[in-house]
Amino acid sequence: MILLRLFYEFFLTGLFMFGGGLASIPFLKQMSENTGWFTLEELLDMVAISESTPGPISVNIATYAGFMAAGIPGGIVATAGLLLPSLIIASVVARLLSRFRNNTMVSATFYGLRPASLGLIAAAGLIVLRHSLLNEELWSHTGRPLDLFDVRALLFAAVLFILVNRLKFHPILFLAGSAVVGILIF
Amino acid sequence: MLIKLFLSFAYIGTFTFGGGYAMLPMFHRVLVEKHRWLEKDEVTEFFSVGQCLPGAIAPNAAVIVGYKQRGIIGSIAAVLGVTLPSVVLILLIASLLDNVAGHPIIQRAFIGLRICVSVLILNTVFKLWKNSVVDKSAILIFAAVFLLSVFTNLPVAVLVVAAGLCGIAITNLRRSNAFNGGAK
Repeated sequence: MILLRLFYEFFLTGLFMFGGGLASIPFLKQMSENTGWFTLEELLDMVAISESTPGPISVNIATYAGFMAAGIPGGIVATAGLLLPSLIIASVVARLLSRFRNNTMVSATFYGLRPASLGLIAAAGLIVLRHSLLNEELWSHTGRPLDLFDVRALLFAAVLFILVNRLKFHPILFLAGSAVVGILIF
Repeated sequence: MLIKLFLSFAYIGTFTFGGGYAMLPMFHRVLVEKHRWLEKDEVTEFFSVGQCLPGAIAPNAAVIVGYKQRGIIGSIAAVLGVTLPSVVLILLIASLLDNVAGHPIIQRAFIGLRICVSVLILNTVFKLWKNSVVDKSAILIFAAVFLLSVFTNLPVAVLVVAAGLCGIAITNLRRSNAFNGGAK
């Protein structure tokens, strides 16, 4: 039963995610809230590993999330669900390629899809950032404002943000560096 | 031919990090330079079409290449090839991490990783802003989707479909306005 649900959820993701890679994160965030298959922290861990391993990022995330929900069969079923819409739609488009290219309907749809996709990623990004930077649990126990902010985490995030913008390194380098910094300072 | 197609895409899937457009140079090296299955411009074109379709970009491009070579069977061989290596690797890593996830060093590493991933996600938003949010109506769509996504639990798919319809409606409105303006 869980395999069927996994297939359905990832089929929907594959059918409605536009822009590749991180565009699947809003769907997985909602999945985490609705199904409890994995927590938001675990989602971030999956994204970190998926960005550091070879292959398409959204495929890696789907495999990982499926594994978290239902082991190895889960990983395979989730990936199949994610890819089935691609297989059907891209095959049809391959046949009609020249017509697709000059279709004004496609560009009109994308005029709306691009900012929407970005809005979804921004919302997901903000929520996971809140999770990784703020100690809301501790704060709700003690009520002291200083307990809400994890100063080390905030400083680290600020420095990282500047570095990511200044240095055009591959994300893997930042991820590897952050794992080392995490071991050293937390 | 099918096996060659599968193996070529498996090679691409194994040796590219980062997904999406990061995979384009490897597509080029294998499909254009090594096998001469495609022209240089075709690879780029298949990627830009793949980006306009729902789903992951590189698998979409792989499906189109496979279909051009061998029809639907070719599509399946190509998409299996480009994804199988990462599925196997992720399942391996996930099984291994499952056993060591409780270790304090691993946990501290992941605190650092989570912060980095959050920063990378937000940075993607800044990077894509100029190309995606091109005018005032686009800012409105961005803001509406952002707020609905933060404050409601509306299915993401519903927001995506609504935004696509808005795009069509706005473009058509503009076109008819321009037409009426020109007629005066």
